[in-house]
Amino acid sequence: MNHLASGPEPSPDFLQLDRNEALSLLRSMVRIRRFEEKCAELYAAGKIRGFLHLYIGEEAIAAGVMPLLDADDAIVSTYREHGHALLRGVPPGAVMAEMFGKVQGCSRGRGGSMHLFDVSKRFYGGNAIVAGGIPIALGLALADKMQGRRHVTACLFGDGAVAEGEFHESMNLAALWKLPVLFLCENNQYAMGTAIDRYESEQNLALKAQSYRMGVERVDGMDVLAVRAATRRGLELVRGGGGPWFIELVTYRFRAHSAYDPELYRSKDEVKQWRKRDPIVLFEALASERGLVGPDDKVVIEQEIDAEVAAAVAFAEAGSLEPVGDLTKDVCASRGTP
Amino acid sequence: MTNGTAAPARKTTYREAVRAALREALRSDERVFLMGEDVGRYGGSYACSLGLLEEFGPERVRDTPLSEAAFVGAGIGAAMAGMRPIVEIMTVNFSLLALDQILNNAATLRHMSGGQVGVPLVIRMATGAGRQVAAQHSHSLENFYAHIPGLKVLAPATIEDARGMLATALEDPDPVILFEHAMLYPVEGELAADAGAVPIDRAAIRRAGKDATIIAYGGTVAKSLAAAQTLAERGVDAEVIDLRTLRPLDDDTIVASVTRTRRAVIVDEGWRTGSLAAEVCARIVEKAFYDLDAPIARVCTEEVPIPYAKHLEEAALPQPAKIVDAVLGTMGEAGHG
Repeated sequence: MNHLASGPEPSPDFLQLDRNEALSLLRSMVRIRRFEEKCAELYAAGKIRGFLHLYIGEEAIAAGVMPLLDADDAIVSTYREHGHALLRGVPPGAVMAEMFGKVQGCSRGRGGSMHLFDVSKRFYGGNAIVAGGIPIALGLALADKMQGRRHVTACLFGDGAVAEGEFHESMNLAALWKLPVLFLCENNQYAMGTAIDRYESEQNLALKAQSYRMGVERVDGMDVLAVRAATRRGLELVRGGGGPWFIELVTYRFRAHSAYDPELYRSKDEVKQWRKRDPIVLFEALASERGLVGPDDKVVIEQEIDAEVAAAVAFAEAGSLEPVGDLTKDVCASRGTP
Repeated sequence: MTNGTAAPARKTTYREAVRAALREALRSDERVFLMGEDVGRYGGSYACSLGLLEEFGPERVRDTPLSEAAFVGAGIGAAMAGMRPIVEIMTVNFSLLALDQILNNAATLRHMSGGQVGVPLVIRMATGAGRQVAAQHSHSLENFYAHIPGLKVLAPATIEDARGMLATALEDPDPVILFEHAMLYPVEGELAADAGAVPIDRAAIRRAGKDATIIAYGGTVAKSLAAAQTLAERGVDAEVIDLRTLRPLDDDTIVASVTRTRRAVIVDEGWRTGSLAAEVCARIVEKAFYDLDAPIARVCTEEVPIPYAKHLEEAALPQPAKIVDAVLGTMGEAGHG
């Protein structure tokens, strides 16, 4: 599983990168990192409850993918979606308020960390049944195709989803019907606590998608530029009407699966090795080597982000609880018939 | 089975009524499309969509792979993005392969997203026993779905409802599941030439009576009417209610009837334990207990997987004779065995 864990080669994309883009990529990743570090803190303080699945370590994927999507493109994500939602433009205050269970949350406090929704951004969750969101992505794409819109649906899921039947049913249908879906498999190499070599007979996940006759690419998910370049290629092909495209992004989750996870299934050394490939550290090092980012830049970015996170927390703190009288509101569109 | 309007009636079948409803839906709204296993070139496993592929083309009448989760989920996504999909699942037993999508997504997304996501999806499926197709094609699992908040569950028992419920379901902003009892497809009857959409918010009294109320739905309505006929010959005047909509239940019609007749027998092709009949029973007890003159009786399917052999299948299911006995039991009379 460590085939991509050796030292990164600067991707060719680097040569075209300018300072503004470099700063923007760095800022995107730092935004997610700082926001989630605060979430972990607030979880420990009892402000956030339920499950909290942190994305820390995997930020290069959201940072490489999300800014390339158009406003009209749709996104279907997983329960580890804080980073996707933030970079899609879901307001940080609404995300934090959701985790606080407040009515100002992006899902009115009904969903929590795992179910962030913002239809105005075409962000369709926040789906916590592994692989269960994939068929929905097909449907969103089918509707776009049938109505003659050239939008793409970006469908994110983890490596664990690839073992599910719904994944295979969906790959087949998407390829058969040439649906405009960009599949993004965030392979962090663990299905909760089970390592990929303990649950997959074939660990090259892109190969599985390829067997359904769709184009695939397998990239280093710790390298934000590689992610970005692959996403750009994939989006162009999907938008051009070529049917679905599949990108496997090999990455690693630095934190526990969720707040309840004692991490008995992996060694501290393994985590330590992967932390050397921290996507933020890697990118910052390469960007400063090329003179795109100066020593003060990250400090400034962190200060700005910390202010944004503090504002989000204040917004969530100041929020109110949904009245219990509205408990059954929106079970159905019409009241009184849940 | 006429709807009482002045338009001339013509002979048709339940199957043809379903097909007419599908055709009208596809004609009248370009957002509507039909997808499922063998709905196109084969014409539907129960021939409900015969000819529709030819009329509407493969974009709008879509044959799918055998992938219940994927195509039901795709229906959900398409509904979320402005289409009005009709998804056909071949039988209720197969729908279990899509239960994740129906429960965890279709029924859940509106509430869980704080009201942002609507899923105006219609799912049709065949249900029920009687054709000797054994334990993996014969069950009545309507109650599984009627248990789930966020869904509407319909059981058209008549040709009018087979013709008219689909259009109303397609108007609904939320997911609706239509259960078509497989034994009803070949049933013939009269249908008004101008038959169309019907309301789905009320149960229907299919036979008025004063001595006892028989409450049924789907495939057991005709059996209950047959039982009521036998009872009439024995001097017992039974009322027959067709629930029509299994979620939400029309408590008012049930309670008003039982309050008048003071006796209730519930007929349900589901298994007795945890059945829809149990739910109806509980509601009567909650709302009309002091109006009852006798304990409520239930006639349900025996608690076995539906067997293949004809005599065993018949023995497992609610039958008119069992319904007659149950009604006579509430009257304090011995059944005829």
